[in-house]
Amino acid sequence: MAQLNVNGQVREFEAEPDTPLLWVLREQLELTGTKYGCGISKCGACTVHIDGVPTRSCQRPVNSITTREKIITIEGLSKNGTHPVQKAWVKLDVPQCGYCQSGMIMAAAALLKTRPNPSDADIDAAMTNICRCGTYNRIRAAIKVAASGGKTKAAGLAIQHADGSTT
Amino acid sequence: MSKSNMNPAITRRNFIASASAAAGSLVLSFHVPFAQAQEAKPEINAWVVVKPDDSVVIRIARAEMGQGTLTGLAQMVAEELECNWAKVSTEHPTPGQSLARKRVWGNFNATGSRGIRESNDYVRKGGAAARMMLVQAAAEAWGVPAAECVAANSIITHKASGRKTSYGKVAEAAARITPPEAASIVLKDPKNWRLIGKRMARLDTAGKTTGAQNYGVDFKLPGLLNAAIRDCPVFGGTVKSFNAAAVEGRPGVRQVVQVGTSAVAVVADTWWRAKAAVEALPIDWDLGPNSQVSSNSIREILKAGLDAKEAVVGSSKGDAPAVLASASRKIEAVYSYPLLSHAPLEPMNATARWTPERCEVWAPTQNAEATLAATVEASGLAATKCDVYQLYLGGGFGRRARNDFVTQAVLIAKALPGIPIKLIWSREEDMTHGFFHPVTQCKLSAALDEKGNVSAMHMRISGQSILATVAPHVIKNGKDPVVFQGLEPSGNREGALGYDFPNLLIDHAMRNPHVPAGFWRGVNLNQNAIYMECFIDELAHAAGQDPLAFRRKLMANSPQHLAVLNAVAKNAGWDKPAPKGVFRGLAQTMGFGSYVAACAEVSVSNDGWLKIHRIVAATDPGHAVNIQQIEAQVEGSFVYGLSAALYGEITVSNGAVMQKNFDTYPVMRLHEMPKVETTVLSSGGFWGGVGEPTIAVAAPAVLNAIFAATGKRIRDLPLKHHSLKRT
Repeated sequence: MAQLNVNGQVREFEAEPDTPLLWVLREQLELTGTKYGCGISKCGACTVHIDGVPTRSCQRPVNSITTREKIITIEGLSKNGTHPVQKAWVKLDVPQCGYCQSGMIMAAAALLKTRPNPSDADIDAAMTNICRCGTYNRIRAAIKVAASGGKTKAAGLAIQHADGSTT
Repeated sequence: MSKSNMNPAITRRNFIASASAAAGSLVLSFHVPFAQAQEAKPEINAWVVVKPDDSVVIRIARAEMGQGTLTGLAQMVAEELECNWAKVSTEHPTPGQSLARKRVWGNFNATGSRGIRESNDYVRKGGAAARMMLVQAAAEAWGVPAAECVAANSIITHKASGRKTSYGKVAEAAARITPPEAASIVLKDPKNWRLIGKRMARLDTAGKTTGAQNYGVDFKLPGLLNAAIRDCPVFGGTVKSFNAAAVEGRPGVRQVVQVGTSAVAVVADTWWRAKAAVEALPIDWDLGPNSQVSSNSIREILKAGLDAKEAVVGSSKGDAPAVLASASRKIEAVYSYPLLSHAPLEPMNATARWTPERCEVWAPTQNAEATLAATVEASGLAATKCDVYQLYLGGGFGRRARNDFVTQAVLIAKALPGIPIKLIWSREEDMTHGFFHPVTQCKLSAALDEKGNVSAMHMRISGQSILATVAPHVIKNGKDPVVFQGLEPSGNREGALGYDFPNLLIDHAMRNPHVPAGFWRGVNLNQNAIYMECFIDELAHAAGQDPLAFRRKLMANSPQHLAVLNAVAKNAGWDKPAPKGVFRGLAQTMGFGSYVAACAEVSVSNDGWLKIHRIVAATDPGHAVNIQQIEAQVEGSFVYGLSAALYGEITVSNGAVMQKNFDTYPVMRLHEMPKVETTVLSSGGFWGGVGEPTIAVAAPAVLNAIFAATGKRIRDLPLKHHSLKRT
């Protein structure tokens, strides 16, 4: 049995040693929030954190990762979607189809950890994932909302939420 | 190819035709007293379920793939239902349920930006009918006339006595009431709308931020096995033989299955093992009759169509050829537009379970009824023994209007009866086996008089017909009407040309390569708007006139086209100079029932680097249901349209598609995204689509701005092939 440290737990699984981390997460460990988009590290839908570093899991063989390395997936980013990035994403209705957004959120969360107040150039450099629906401008705006501690007014979207609030 | 021997279009047509004949009109279906007792939860009518705790489930037939239709349609039902929006959730009925109820939910199709515009009337009536039944139930319980009661926020009040009750309390009784006559349903005046036209948050956002939202690829069932597939790399080719023994001993591999005549699948416990095995599987192909076709040979065939004698007329006025023949000043240009891949981020996939008694499919599909038709055909079972459960789509863009992958999944499942089979295409399989954006060229000829007015215009389109691939029975007398999107005569509600030329001829020489074509977000409006809007810019330049003023002269009879163009000109500050080094370009068009325009601001550095700084956009869809989501669609349209304009190109060599993944098929990323400022003009009076039309103005606005910046006319795309370097 091989082992990985995922979302705070050491998990056991059986897979060929060269299986990409993405597919062990999705199939053996049933963490399907991390998505397959290209398999060649070009789209970023498979982004997870390994010791805090945003990593494209589709090209990372599981036998290159030890249990000393802590893997965090979208399911482990927070309890109940309470990470500031997730909250900003909800407030600005960032996702359209949403398929790329797990990877986008993981990339954004890693960026804010190293640069709590990222410039536009920082955002450009860190957010290289593909979104085919075209949510890029709301992603940029939501990163700024998260960086500002949740101030949504600057985004100017005036979205009316079901609970009566407007962001 | 497997696609050619499974033509679901024919099946679908027969299937839908017979289903429609049984159903009568959709409006009539509101007369049907629904089978209330079947449901544990009180169903008021097909659209509305009200639970005892006042929560409301709204049933939505159309697929949600990011375009926001799910929320928009729920807003429309809830508007008339007068329910508490905070307690609304949604669910998808199945096409099997719909058929069993005489197609009560109407069309499931989410293509052509039709989700809201084509169902606005009957979904609002569904909500209104449910409200009337709930009010009637309360009135009967109180022994008062229903006319004395009002409903708001899921509370019914008897005005005279002040008595109140809630929807949840009367739902059981309401479900037993005979639905109102269609003629008695009066919809709200738009000025009283409280949900429609507002900036409501989507209903489906939270799950997309936590990994909880399941897509087709995430679907699970007990005992499910995974399949990976390889289809012949050349369309029209077939499988000669394959050596299953070479991979059968690999870990997890359960079976190797030939699928139709052109594909082979490996079924394994995990998809990764299935994919690795199918890639290792030796397959001997008969590449068929198309293995010599290349992008160059396709280009030559299309080029010949530009001057071919025979062409099908789409629009004609006066005698453009005669005026052009005698014109003292004639301007001519040839443009072209390549094949494109949809490339939704979630690759094609479907799950199927087949037994001799029943076939079920779980799929991210843009049209669950068409998926059911494909399931019926592939399963060999009657429609009553099949059903389709629509799963969330990781993008669609028209690709998931086709069901080739569903047919494959059912055929594989048939080889392993009783076992649910999830077929997922690799990205490489997805990109090389699409229904691509059609390839076309266009020759435009215009006569200019001495005042710089256009006295005649001839637009000759040569190239591929989508309907020739997906619905050949619709082509009558050689005419594919979809070719002329956005070029229709004045008054056409789908997409009228906004310019009035005294002499006009628009015709099409159909030239179909072997590569299958499909509806690609924006469809033929994409290239038609580039051809017309860039050429109009060329004419304005040739006439020495301002591109805005030049267009305005031609648009006197198209006030709604002109309104969006004027809006972008005003918001962009067209009458004032752009910032130093920044240049502007305009484009306008009409499609999918809506009017759109854009002004792009770009700069080009001396060594040829293009930067798109800002795009000012306007769209008039008539009634705007959710303005913040329309803005999202407009922004997304620029990403889709500019990805194509900058980079998008599928090329063909030896009959096969050369691009296999995002390394060779690049798309726009965040750092390239311009600022987008969107104005939504809700002029009212009609319902237009919003998911697609804006794509068509993205490229021409930028191309015209590039001309303003560099003096270079880019007439064939993508831009990556052209140097913008100053010479």
